[in-house]
Order: sequence, then structure tokens, then C-alpha cells
Amino acid sequence: MIESLSLPTNYVTKPDAITTSSGKTIRSQEMIVNMGPQHPSTHGVLRLEIVVDGEIIVDCIPHIGYLHRCFEKHTEHMTNYQQVIPYTDRMDYCSAITNEWSYALAVERMLKIEVPERVEYIRVIMAELQRIASHLIAVGTYGIDSGAFTPFLYSFIDREKILDLFEMTCGARLLYNYVWVGGVSHDLPPGFVEKAKEFVTYFRPRITMLNDLLTYNEIFVKRTANVGVLPRDVAVNYACSGPMLRGSGVNWDLRRDDPYSVYHKFEWEPQVGKGEVGTIGDCWDRHIVRMREMEQSLNIIEQALAGLPEGNVQAAVPKRIRPEPGGEYYGRTESPRGELGFYVVSDGSASPYRVKARGPAFVNLSVLPEISRGAMIADLVLIAGSVDIVLGEVDR
Amino acid sequence: MTAQEIIDSLTARFGDAIVESKPDAMQPWIRIAPDRIQEVGRFLHDDLALRMDYLSSLSGMDYNNGQLGVVYHLQSLVHKHRIVLKVSVPKEQAHVPTVSGVWGTANWHEREAFDLFGIVFDGHPDPRRILLPDDWEGHPLRKDYQVQEFYHGMKVPY
Repeated sequence: MIESLSLPTNYVTKPDAITTSSGKTIRSQEMIVNMGPQHPSTHGVLRLEIVVDGEIIVDCIPHIGYLHRCFEKHTEHMTNYQQVIPYTDRMDYCSAITNEWSYALAVERMLKIEVPERVEYIRVIMAELQRIASHLIAVGTYGIDSGAFTPFLYSFIDREKILDLFEMTCGARLLYNYVWVGGVSHDLPPGFVEKAKEFVTYFRPRITMLNDLLTYNEIFVKRTANVGVLPRDVAVNYACSGPMLRGSGVNWDLRRDDPYSVYHKFEWEPQVGKGEVGTIGDCWDRHIVRMREMEQSLNIIEQALAGLPEGNVQAAVPKRIRPEPGGEYYGRTESPRGELGFYVVSDGSASPYRVKARGPAFVNLSVLPEISRGAMIADLVLIAGSVDIVLGEVDR
Repeated sequence: MTAQEIIDSLTARFGDAIVESKPDAMQPWIRIAPDRIQEVGRFLHDDLALRMDYLSSLSGMDYNNGQLGVVYHLQSLVHKHRIVLKVSVPKEQAHVPTVSGVWGTANWHEREAFDLFGIVFDGHPDPRRILLPDDWEGHPLRKDYQVQEFYHGMKVPY
């Protein structure tokens, strides 16, 4: 018997035997199965405690915290607001640029710093490249979850090309420490714009190829359509964001709806799930939203590269950042996973008084029990995969 | 709706439950009496003119003056307006009614605030720790937190 100590206190298990209408007694026992913490389909160290009735999932309780290192406590012990940025990198390590940007945005708005236009363009280019890189991981590993290995290799080849661009700019491939309060650490190196343009031209047909290989593959569609349906009202009630929310048909994207930076200058469209092969909000919808967002990101990058202005890459920022006492700001950006927010509170000293990180993966994961009840065990792998969690951010 | 209109509409309906408000802050906020947070939340969520259907974030706070607090960042996806709610409670009596019945997302956020600040959310459907082990001692984000010497025989401070 697996210990069920960690089940919710109000959980009621089914009786061991039930009597049918004809008076026969049938043994019927629910079983508790642990999926993880070392299970390939959980994409990291996550334990899903599932209560199963045969092959049907009765309840699913995620247990998180295996990677917890109390990032928020760390921030209170920094000697400078800028020092927090490398720590934010390590939250959502698949999308470090947007983490840095959200935090920098919160501090910049607190200090009322206007960053140079060139910085805004560079940040947009980098964040959208990062979005593509992150979605490539999501899509590639989702292929593996559904039993298709090849798309994973193709998507990682393309992701490498993006990481090369990052490496060229700031020397790091994953954890960049690139977006700083008031600017970015390095200007774009010579040849970056040409290389990025080259990548855009190269990558467009690759999306079509990935779609042919995976998205419209008969087996993949059969496995993901109508599975893990997240209804619109549940998605909003659980504050899901990013492809999770848009996959359920809610047209909400912070790049447009809580405008920041220079996104309003570009032509692009938020993508929503339409239930093309099944129901709105199923796993396939979340997948297709990611695929289409990559195209939109290419559009944004193309326009940003064309309009890239000259100028400084660092605004005038005091050496010691000291926002006014009692100042607070909740800054947020649209990361590849959704709304990534930092609630920063100042007491007038040189280190933040409090930083709360609102990670989209943490919030999106909390809806998993809602969408996996009644599903088959085999489908749980696909449902959990479609949430696209990064445990570094869930656990912080 | 502007922040002032939201504050006016809440004041008209709840009056004494509104302790303090700051409509001219960068992100306007309202301080609510802790025991009224559920009905205020329900009203904000359900009222058709307000329709605060999206709880962006819920953060615990330690104000280091004997008070703990909870900060709710609310957003309306329909009307695109925002407001911040705050409550504060004394450290020894840190009880706040849960709002997980209004916004489902509050469930995990409140567990986190309980885990790291020791704020007890009355009526919470699943009041367990979330990030730390169930048998951890103390609440790390409190300003007066002292880390325990040993955890299951392992030395903790490094």
C-alpha cells in the first residue's frame, strides 16, 4: 500500500466493494499510483499522485517543490537590484530573456526610467527569438510524449541556431544575464542582423515541415484531439495564461492587452484555439497555438530587424538603485508560457524589500487536476505535456 | 472603469470594509478589512460593470511591523481594467478568509502564502504546504525567520 498521507484531508475514497442492482457484489478498489518524481513524461522533477479506477483517472494531485530554492528569499539579500537578474534566469531556464525582462520592466517602471528605443527593439528581437526557441522545446518534447521522436531532433537543430545568435551577442547559450535594468548588457555584434535575417528566411519553411511531420499527423491528431479539454471559463478562473489560455479560445495576449515596449508598432496577431480537429481547448489546440505563434514571432522579428534604430543600449541608471520607500510595482510580460509577473516592493534601501514571482508554469499547472479527471492514464502524459511546464519556474 | 470609479463603487456598496485607498498610485490599490475579503471579491468578480474575472497574482507580505499581508492583483479580461486589493492581519492572529471559491487560481497561491509566510486561509479546501516539505519548521519569507538547525538529521544552514 502506498502511503496516502499527502492526499487532501477532504478526500473520500470509494468503498472496496459495490453491490449491483441484481444483488451481486463486485470488488472495486481505487488505487494510488505515483507518476514521478523521476518519470520522463513529467518534464522534470514533478510527482503526480494519481488515483485510478482501472485505467481511468479519478483524481490527480501534483506535488511540487523538489527544485525549490526560495528565489524570493535570495532577492532580499542582494546588495543591488541588478544582482537579482541572474537569479531570474534560473527560474524558467528555457526562456531566460523574458524572465529578465519582466523583472527589469518592474524596476524600470518603479524608477520611471525610459529606456532608449534601440534597447526596446533589441529586447523585442531577443524575446521573440527566445519564444521560438522555447516553443521548439515544447513542441519537440510534446512529439516525444506522443511517441514521435523525429520532430524532437529537427526542432533541436533549429533551436541551436537561435542559441548561436544568443551566444554571439552575450556569450551565453541558456542563462544570459542580458537584459539589465535600463538597457541590455551588450549591443548587437556586427553581423547579427544579417544572421538573424538569414534565420528568419531559413525557419519559415521549417515550421511547415514540422506541421507536416507532427501537427497534422493522423496518429498525433487522434491522440491529442478532444483530450484534456480546458473550457474557457475554467481557464480564466484558474488564471491560465499564454498558449494555455489562448488555446481555450480566449483572445488575450499581454503584448497587445497590457502594452509594453514597442510591440504596438508591428503587425501581428495573437493566435487562439478554434477546435479545428476536436473541441476548443483540447491538447491539439494548445499545440497549434504554439506552432502559429512561432510564425507570428518571425513576423515581429522581421519588422523589428528592418526598423532597428541606432542609439545607446543603456539608459542613465543610478549606480545604486534606490526606489522610493513604499514604492511597489507588479510588472509583467508575455513569456512563452504566459503571464510572467514580478511584484517588487521597495523600502528605500539598495535591495528589494520583497519580490514575488508569479510564474505562468506554476499557475498553469494548478489547473491540471481539473483537466485530467476522467482521462486515461496514457493520456495524462499528453495532457501534462500540453501544459508546457518548466519545473525551475514552478518551484522557484 | 478608472481606479477611482472602482473605488467609488466599492465604497458605495461596502463602506466600512474599505480601510484605505490610493487611487493615484502607479497601480491603484484598496485596503480591505480582512474579514470582508470574500464578499468584496465575490462582488468584484460577479458585478457586470466590474467583472474582475482574472486574479493575476496573490502575494503574501511581511510588513515587519507585526503585520502580515496579502496582496491581490486583479484584472478584468472583459473590460481590461485593473485594481489591487490588500489586506493586513496581525502576525499572531494571521487568519484571512480564502478566496479560492471565487478565483480557482487562489488555491495554489494561498497554499504558497501559507507555506512561506504562515498566513492561514480560513476555509481553504486543501490547506497544506506546497513548496516545502510537510514537516518543515517555520515560514522562510517572514523577516524574523530562523532556519532550523537540522532536518531529519541533515544540517540545514550551509
